[in-house]
Amino acid sequence: MRDLQAVSFVLDDIALFLQTHPTDQAALRCYEKYRDLKRKAEEEYMNAYGPLREDNVFVTDRWTWADMPWPWERQG
Amino acid sequence: MWTYDRKLQYPVNISKPDANAAKIIITQFGGPDGELAASQRYLSQRYSMPYKQVAGLLTDIGTEEMAHMEIVCAIVHQLTKDLSLEEIKAAGFDPYFVDHTVALWPQAASGAPFTATYFQSKGDAITDLVEDMAAEQKARTTYDNLLRLIDNPEVRDPLKFLRAREIVHFQRFGEGLRIVQDHLNSRNFYAINPEFDMRKPKSGS
Repeated sequence: MRDLQAVSFVLDDIALFLQTHPTDQAALRCYEKYRDLKRKAEEEYMNAYGPLREDNVFVTDRWTWADMPWPWERQG
Repeated sequence: MWTYDRKLQYPVNISKPDANAAKIIITQFGGPDGELAASQRYLSQRYSMPYKQVAGLLTDIGTEEMAHMEIVCAIVHQLTKDLSLEEIKAAGFDPYFVDHTVALWPQAASGAPFTATYFQSKGDAITDLVEDMAAEQKARTTYDNLLRLIDNPEVRDPLKFLRAREIVHFQRFGEGLRIVQDHLNSRNFYAINPEFDMRKPKSGS
């Protein structure tokens, strides 16, 4: 989770920067790079622990979205 | 619309309850310079903002403030969840407890309830962005004050993250103000209100 939070935060911050610097080429390349890393980190996280968004829920014969701890609970 | 991500923007893991810390940190949920006021300030202002880039900035920062509200609430929740009645009484947390048990409710450190008067949505691009810049600094000061009062590193760590974001948002809103001014008459930025005088009313006067 920590890795996913780190890489997601990089994207949040670069997106804000790009909002006011839309032609900054270094920032644009950086955004592309970290977007790919975030997608990979999300996939790895979800394979290991479960869905991050409701539409990632693996549908079986029972709704499982509420099974995992909520993010505001102390982990571990 | 929004989609919920089942993760905090920054981790919160607090092992020791502390009602005294919770009583003051809650101000960044429902107090005058808290994250609830911040998110509603920016998300309310964006609709009449005529410059797409700046409306995008208000949307992104308003959205991030909602994630910050979740972090502040997670801190208060973890600080209060396992309090004993003795600890609640000793810390003077009983007035909050009697009304809200250990639930989250938006109030200031003083106990004053959240109110929409904590923010403005004035409908003038310069006015609103100057308010937004001041709001980020006021929130930064509040985090500075909390960091003066709180010793536990598990609590300080996410507060330091939130403090740093106030500074980044201040910087971005300053750039947003510059973008607005670039669209206006440089000899008199106040000649028109771009949120009102550039509209195209359908009929007559």
